Amino acid sequence: MKTLLEILTAELDAPVSPVSGTFPATVPVCSVPRERFAEAARLLKRAGALLAAEWASDETHLGRGFGVYACYRRDSGYLIVCAALPLDDPSFPSLTRRFVPAYRFERQMHSLMGVVPDGHLDPRPWIKFEDWPEDAFPLRKTFDGSQALPRVAGEYVFGKAEGEGIYEIPVGPVHAGIIEPGHFRFQAMGEDIINLEERLGYVHKGIEKRFESLSWQEAARLAGRVSGDTTVAHSLAYCMALEAMTGCMVPDHAQWVRAVMLERERIANHLGDIGAICNDVAFAFMLYQTMRLKETMLRTNKEIFGHRFMMDCVVPGGVAAGLDAQYKAVILEELSAVEDEFERLVMIFDENSSLEDRTRSTGILSAEEARDLGMTGLVARASGMQLDCRKDFPFAPYDRIPVNIPVMSAGDVHARAWVRIEEVRESLRLIREMISTMPKGQRSAPVGSPAADTTGFAAVEGWRGEIIYWLQSGPKGEINRSMVRDPSSLCWIGLERCVLGNIVPDFPLCNKSFNQSYSGNDV
Amino acid sequence: MSFYYLFVELLQVVLLLALAPVFLGWVRMVKCWAQGRTSAGLFQPYRDLAKLFAKEVLLAENASWIFRFTPYLVFGTAVLAGAIVPIITVDLPLSPSADVIVIIGLFAIARFFTALAGMDIGTAFGGMGSSREMMIASLAEPAMLMAIFTVSLANKSTSLSQIVQVICTTGASIKPSLAFALLAFVLIALAETGRVPVDNPATHLELTMIHEAMILEYSGRHLALIEWASAMKLFLFVSIGIAAFAPWGIALANEMLSLPLALLFLVLKFAVAGVGIVLIETGLAKMRIFRVPEFLGAAFMLATLGMLSFFILD
Repeated sequence: MKTLLEILTAELDAPVSPVSGTFPATVPVCSVPRERFAEAARLLKRAGALLAAEWASDETHLGRGFGVYACYRRDSGYLIVCAALPLDDPSFPSLTRRFVPAYRFERQMHSLMGVVPDGHLDPRPWIKFEDWPEDAFPLRKTFDGSQALPRVAGEYVFGKAEGEGIYEIPVGPVHAGIIEPGHFRFQAMGEDIINLEERLGYVHKGIEKRFESLSWQEAARLAGRVSGDTTVAHSLAYCMALEAMTGCMVPDHAQWVRAVMLERERIANHLGDIGAICNDVAFAFMLYQTMRLKETMLRTNKEIFGHRFMMDCVVPGGVAAGLDAQYKAVILEELSAVEDEFERLVMIFDENSSLEDRTRSTGILSAEEARDLGMTGLVARASGMQLDCRKDFPFAPYDRIPVNIPVMSAGDVHARAWVRIEEVRESLRLIREMISTMPKGQRSAPVGSPAADTTGFAAVEGWRGEIIYWLQSGPKGEINRSMVRDPSSLCWIGLERCVLGNIVPDFPLCNKSFNQSYSGNDV
Repeated sequence: MSFYYLFVELLQVVLLLALAPVFLGWVRMVKCWAQGRTSAGLFQPYRDLAKLFAKEVLLAENASWIFRFTPYLVFGTAVLAGAIVPIITVDLPLSPSADVIVIIGLFAIARFFTALAGMDIGTAFGGMGSSREMMIASLAEPAMLMAIFTVSLANKSTSLSQIVQVICTTGASIKPSLAFALLAFVLIALAETGRVPVDNPATHLELTMIHEAMILEYSGRHLALIEWASAMKLFLFVSIGIAAFAPWGIALANEMLSLPLALLFLVLKFAVAGVGIVLIETGLAKMRIFRVPEFLGAAFMLATLGMLSFFILD
């Protein structure tokens, strides 16, 4: 089968020139004339590719204008297509006609970078708020982040349904539970949801801008704070991108420890989610039991890695602390205890018919919709898409320890819960295998500085799904741009879709079964 | 003798006011144990009420008199119902003046005003809760009447005091009609008092709420009164259940001296009832809201079967 790059080179009616200075070599980057940016998307879509990310970079310090980038994925291959935009006319053809995820990516690019997607139907800001000046583009180099922005009048107009018996329910941004902020606007007829519109951005922290003022080492700590519940996967993705740029060979021992932490993070979060899904249908017993199991894992994390969520445990070049025999025994012992209790809870989950009545056929996202919307991670796997970076784009030790990917076809709340259950089981198995095959050695290797004007890319399967980092160095080898793509940036839109035709009181259940990150989306 | 009547009437009301939060605390306590947690103790509902009474009332700008009046009305009807239901004795002066249909009517008035108050302040959640509550009420109230009529037929009276007197003096007999009516009553009581599997009193998810959605805008003493009244409603439904199906131990007419014994029986029966509620609530998930009509339909069917079997078998 031809690679995406070969297909694009053969079929695009314009020159496709490979870009040099991009790492790793397995992820090709090519540039096309900006008029053909959307045409490239069309060809790649026909070839079966999905849009994984789209972003812009201010490259004025590198002596160019803006660059727009689109990252495509098909099976095990990634391809990044870029186009250069001049400073005085930073517009490019929108990809929204081909790919749904481009819809929010491009609004965000427009809001924060000031590049204009031609043909985009929705001019409303995204992530940026309407009371910011329209010409304030925080990600541009000319923008001074230390100055307070003046507030201006602005209105965000939501889609509205009209007619007899239609009513609107605004929910949030501050919710009743202790969760992150986000606004949901429902149009409902009786109890039936006829439209849901999400409004996110309330936890925009300017992380991508902040990256640009940090050193490469400090930035690893920032990456670990993009989404607190996914700190291992985010720092890992950042470190892998940086290591690719600097040609750093991470010691095997460190690779294995990283994977153990990644799987522990997955288990802990899935446990919490399984309980929370049950709690939303008033089956509180499950919540308290899974939270108890999660808590024991977090305490072990604290004992072994020094932090409950293993924050800052992945560092550029390796890990902050290795795993010795004593701690391996602790982990193995705990795994058996957790597994034993977990299986008993799964039996309760599986055999309680009132629970099953609520989760089955609620919030269905069909395989076709999931593909069209470009879902990733466990949401995609619950809707029949076999996608997992650990299998498709394996990094050590997953290239040596094969991962079984659970895929369900129903696409409902039950499937998303069950994918989590199967992933916990698989992660328990993986950790055992990793511990038994873990090589001895150094815990980290020195990391150099990236050369000027190079880029690094990494994709890591966090517990929500594929996390992508794309780093670009400036003329002095400093951070020029750090693009963060949490799986939430893709999957939030799936929630809007899956609740259609469901009833209002089932929304929290659907939402919990997705459990996307607000912070990761809003960066 | 008239002093005695006044005394028991007051005693009943005081017991209701004092024990309703404790019973709620008991249910929560057993629930915690069933989930493997440490509980906050029997008296946590008291602490909650004390906290709410101490807090300021925040009123929506467009709240009308209905919104301000409803908490007092809901509280008042619950207290009044407590003066009619034989909790520890049948010697209630108010009892001859009002039968069980009136009690259901009192609850209906409270519900009607709560639903109005939910819509009064004009939030989306309030209206949503009111519409759901009225849907459930329209199905629960007829079923409740059906179940009570079955018991009334078996005991030849619609007055709860009279029913208790008849059951306790004629001795126990197992009647199929009463078994059907009891089952129906349990299902309806779960719906009426907003327990799992119909509603979830512990949820913070506004979109899933029924009763809680209507009272979401209440605060301070208003909320305290409503919460207290909800606890009393739960207490009263258990009391009605006890009076209609297992009244043994309640002091009968002119049995002044058996009052302490009646109190003991009361505590025991409520302890058991609390465990029963917890078993149901822990073992079941909340049902999808459009399953509630089926659930209450089943209750209505059971009550009807009870009535039919009374005519055929008893």
